[in-house]
Amino acid sequence: MSWGGGDTALAQATQGRRLEARRMLFLLGWVIILLSAVRWATGAPDLTSSGTYGASLRLAVPILLAGLGGLYAERTGVVNIGLEGMMILGTWFGAWGGVQFGPWWGVVLGITGGMLGGLVHAVATITFGVNQIVSGVAINILAAGVARFLSVIAFTGHGGGATQSPQVTSSLPRLTVPVLAGGKFFGWQSPDVLGWLEQKHWYLLSDTSAMFRGFMVDLSILTVITLLLVPGTYLFLWRTRLGLRMRSAGENPWAAESLGVRVYTMKYLGVLISGALAGLAGAFLVLEAAGIYREGQTGGRGFIGLAAMIFGNWRPSGVAAAAGLFGYADALNLRSADAVHALLLFVGISLTALGIWYLYRRRFTGGVVSVLIGGLVFLWFAVTDAVPDQFIFITPYVATLVVLAVASQRLRMPTYDGIPFRKGEQIS
Amino acid sequence: MSKRFRIRLLWLLVPVSAVVLAFGVSSLVLIAIGENPISAFRSMFRYGSQQNSLVSTVNRAVPLYVAGLAVAIGFKMNLFNIGVEGQYRLAALLSAAAGAAVVLPAPLHVAFIMLVAMAVGAGWAGIAGVLKVKRGVHEVVSTIMLNSIATGVTAYLLANYLRKPRVGSELLLATHPIPASGQLPPLAVIGGEELRSFVLIAVALGVLVYVLIWRTRFGYDLRASGINPDAARASGADPNRMILTTMLISGAIAGLIGMGDLFGFFHAYTLDFPVGLGFDGIAVALVGLNHPVGIAIAAMVFSWVDRAAQILDLEGVPKEVIIITKGVIILSVVIAYEVVRRLVQAQEVKNAAEETRRLEEREEAVAA
Repeated sequence: MSWGGGDTALAQATQGRRLEARRMLFLLGWVIILLSAVRWATGAPDLTSSGTYGASLRLAVPILLAGLGGLYAERTGVVNIGLEGMMILGTWFGAWGGVQFGPWWGVVLGITGGMLGGLVHAVATITFGVNQIVSGVAINILAAGVARFLSVIAFTGHGGGATQSPQVTSSLPRLTVPVLAGGKFFGWQSPDVLGWLEQKHWYLLSDTSAMFRGFMVDLSILTVITLLLVPGTYLFLWRTRLGLRMRSAGENPWAAESLGVRVYTMKYLGVLISGALAGLAGAFLVLEAAGIYREGQTGGRGFIGLAAMIFGNWRPSGVAAAAGLFGYADALNLRSADAVHALLLFVGISLTALGIWYLYRRRFTGGVVSVLIGGLVFLWFAVTDAVPDQFIFITPYVATLVVLAVASQRLRMPTYDGIPFRKGEQIS
Repeated sequence: MSKRFRIRLLWLLVPVSAVVLAFGVSSLVLIAIGENPISAFRSMFRYGSQQNSLVSTVNRAVPLYVAGLAVAIGFKMNLFNIGVEGQYRLAALLSAAAGAAVVLPAPLHVAFIMLVAMAVGAGWAGIAGVLKVKRGVHEVVSTIMLNSIATGVTAYLLANYLRKPRVGSELLLATHPIPASGQLPPLAVIGGEELRSFVLIAVALGVLVYVLIWRTRFGYDLRASGINPDAARASGADPNRMILTTMLISGAIAGLIGMGDLFGFFHAYTLDFPVGLGFDGIAVALVGLNHPVGIAIAAMVFSWVDRAAQILDLEGVPKEVIIITKGVIILSVVIAYEVVRRLVQAQEVKNAAEETRRLEEREEAVAA
């Protein structure tokens, strides 16, 4: 390859990134403006209240952590269906650590528990070459069993039982941004500027302030860490030497090996980080969301995390956006039935607009389908006045299937994702 | 001993040693928590060998077995139907509701319910099949999503459309009961426990699956696609058609998982239908080497361990220890199979090389 060719490729990549950034900004603007309009038209304040945004964030954190976990494993070429099981281990060990030694130990042990699950997956798939799906499924079964067994031993008779732990009282630090959102600043009660703006119910201005305020009030330190992990993951995987080597194990392990990258080590690292993040997600559920370990607490969030990773096109920012979307749907469902119903209007208008855009670009099938579905959703909004909560439950899964079905050619997963790598045995 | 026989023995050794290893690990766990493993296992064997325990073992093994078959048929061509759980639950709900809604003579009624269940299971699995063939969506991802969607859809349908009106203070959510013509009488009553007749249908299903996979052109294409997709395509197997057909068959079998419980016990779909059978089916298929006989043995072992462990609570031993036992069986079996597979493959390559050399030497001798 000549240097000129490299430059062109680089320029194209930069241009592509700039285009993507512009598209993201456009989408964000669309969401804020239209949501505010729908809020104003339907009078469902919870659609854009800071409480909803705050709850979305809390609900999105475990999904985001699981999604990032999936990202690390799959970027090194190992599919991790076992995220759910690793998260279960995280909840149990997080609760046990929290009860025995305090919340910080809960976090540490939760991460360790998830990593143990990751280690099993790594040994089975990387060292022994077991099919990755098979190993992941086995870990999910195993983790549920181990958690149940350990609960019987450790919690029964100590204020818990076979299916739940004693109460875990969390005292992890919490954070509210001063001045903007009314946090304390060295003991001084600062004003709550965004809160004041939100109360005014001015179109757009109040809605936007509510969004920012929701992301600034009463944040768990774990939430802050998780949010920092998004740019952190990007910088680590795309801007460091080690990150490049890890990704090369997922893109073309044989080429990487020939250049001296220790592919097994990279894959181990990816799967262990994956387990650690899933474990942290579990610890978050116990320490911050519920204050207790319960059997079945993860409720398929490992799988939703996997969905968020695919939805987000195996990129940290995409995973974050998807997790946010799923968290928002959950939060609305928990807080207000009216708001969920109002959301239908938003979806209907958005789909119709997308369809019109498609038609304008002469993509007739997509355009017609989009307008049609948009119209149906609009009709649904008009003739009913509530959405069954089971529908909200399935939203992330349906959305993922639709995205995969419609846009699978625009998604790009790591080239050698899921293909077992054996040193010196190339399969073409 | 012929080479072939030796290889068979090697394959057989894997599950046996995995079971031994699993009981060893469980013993260590029991010792670690201060229990006596020998007395625990002895009481398990005593309780597990009672007549009613054995009958119950068979009854509980049947859904595991059917689930294992559903998974195995996909595994045979490297198609991972993780969605068996969702296919089973949706099929059980809709077939129970359909069965309660029609009036038919006895054998037809049962057949009708089974047909509905198979159609629903196949339809739900078919979504994943179509997505894979038409849009290139990996079946593992789509079936995981479809599992969760099935959970929501069954809950919605049951709560809003298919439930029987509540009588008195009864809290259970259930469909309308299926009349006697749509039920199966027990095959026998042994030791106070009913042996369900669905076991006969399950056995027949196993034979059918065996014939389909090992004795038909379709089965040959299926196995060939699993071993070497390119070679299978070259020999005339259309990969898309294979994927779709296999997914439909797998889903249809998955639809039958709940039938034993439906015909022989609940006579309606309720929230008490066992959860997780689809995933247990994956475990059973793995341990049973995707062969109907192996799956039957694995299902019996898992089911027996479950039943026999019930006695442990009375002995003051946490019965959950058997979950560890099962987990170790699954994990050690998949690892050991992979190792054996590679050993056998290396041996076969060596054999082939030897054979070629011998042929070449002979040709040279002839030429000289």
